[in-house]
Amino acid sequence: MLEIKNLNKSFGNRTILKNINLTVKDGEVLAIVGQSGAGKTTMLRCITGLETADSGQFLLDGAAFDPQGMDASDAVIGVVFQNFNLFPHLSVLENVTLAPKLVLKEAPDQAEREARGLLEQLGLGGKEKLYPWQLSGGQKQRVAIARALAMKPKILCYDEPTSALDPNLRDEVAKLIIGLKEQGMTQLVVTHDMDFAQKIADSVYRVQAQ
Amino acid sequence: MTLKYVAEIMPSLLQGAELTLQIFFWTLVGSLPLGLLVSLGLTSKFKPLKWLLNFYVWLMRGTPLLLQLIFVFYGLPIIGIVFDRFGAAIFAFILNYAAYFAEIFRGGFQSIDEGQYEAAKVLRLSYGQTIRKIVIPQVVKIVIPSIGNEVINLVKDSSLVYVIGLGDLLRAGNVATSRDVTLVPLILVAVIYLLLIGICTFVLHKVEKRYSYFK
Ligand SMILES: Nc1ncnc2c1ncn2[C@@H]1O[C@H](COP(=O)(O)OP(=O)(O)OP(=O)(O)O)[C@@H](O)[C@H]1O
Ligand SMILES: [Mg+2]
Repeated sequence: MLEIKNLNKSFGNRTILKNINLTVKDGEVLAIVGQSGAGKTTMLRCITGLETADSGQFLLDGAAFDPQGMDASDAVIGVVFQNFNLFPHLSVLENVTLAPKLVLKEAPDQAEREARGLLEQLGLGGKEKLYPWQLSGGQKQRVAIARALAMKPKILCYDEPTSALDPNLRDEVAKLIIGLKEQGMTQLVVTHDMDFAQKIADSVYRVQAQ
Repeated sequence: MTLKYVAEIMPSLLQGAELTLQIFFWTLVGSLPLGLLVSLGLTSKFKPLKWLLNFYVWLMRGTPLLLQLIFVFYGLPIIGIVFDRFGAAIFAFILNYAAYFAEIFRGGFQSIDEGQYEAAKVLRLSYGQTIRKIVIPQVVKIVIPSIGNEVINLVKDSSLVYVIGLGDLLRAGNVATSRDVTLVPLILVAVIYLLLIGICTFVLHKVEKRYSYFK
């Protein structure tokens, strides 16, 4: 269970997030919605450690954690970026195995075996040797998901997972998220698409513009 | 142009070419890593280091290399730093070229998308791992063409060492030309430079190709 208590964040003297409290149960999907500029991305970036919160507490299964901690044991949250941010100079397989090898110190053959399993499961079997520029948007996103999952996170976060893709891929993304949910993955999904939120989410959190 | 005359002066020209190549080689060996380090310093958040390195780059790019050679060889001994001729040449060339390389690398680092650092960060890669495994391979691809230009300049710039009395390829040709009152040695010198630069260009294309597997 993820709990966030009294999260505050401002940029300069502009308050963006004010006393945010929220709880996500294990295996649930939380959709984070709100107007453009309300602070959805900022909230997700605080949770994933890409932005420093001004104050607030982050608890995972009751134990406090530091989203900005840089130890392997802090890798409890995976991120799927809006533009995927794959490493262009690494093959699909290398994108997925890099961090498990360097950070989790997995043996190369173990990291590869796990990566192949993840890629297979995400419908990317046979694409291991390709480079990011050779993939479609939807395929890149699934590589990004595989890369995040390879670190065995407890929670997976997405910022606008449908925005960089063809609109008719929306249902595919929904299926993917629901598929991961069925395997027990806790997921936080920022979106401005209410239909999409309704389709995937167990609960919806609305970020209010300050 | 008799072949006999060519054969006669060739040994001295090749001796000059050897010195040219030595300067070329040692300058690259020293200035590429130094330039990389300086570029990392130029992007650091520690202001005094940034100012110092900016001043260094400004000094090196703002004055002629010829002048720097003279200062290193004739000027530094005044404050007790004495180099032999070759040492002075290498020292001046490394300092000068590292400044140009640093600026090229800095541009390369700046063109790496912030998202690459963020992706590395959420995967818990350390700063060193991020730079080595993610950033540098991409920077190298970006900077190869500009580095290549400088490498070709270096082949020709090496002829400036005549000013501190070193006998490089061009000087060997000059000596023969004024002694024998013929342009033949200088034509041969031009041919040797063209060959050297041809080889450099070939190698650079190979390296560029090696990095063409990603975009
Ligand atoms: N690094 C920053 N420095 C200063 N202000 C920022 C920074 N990042 C975001 N902001 C501001 O914070 C506010 C919230 O931005 P945020 O990106 O979180 O909104 P959002 O809800 O994700 O919007 P959208 O739906 O358009 O993506 C905006 O007004 C934005 O201008
Ligand atoms: Mg946003």
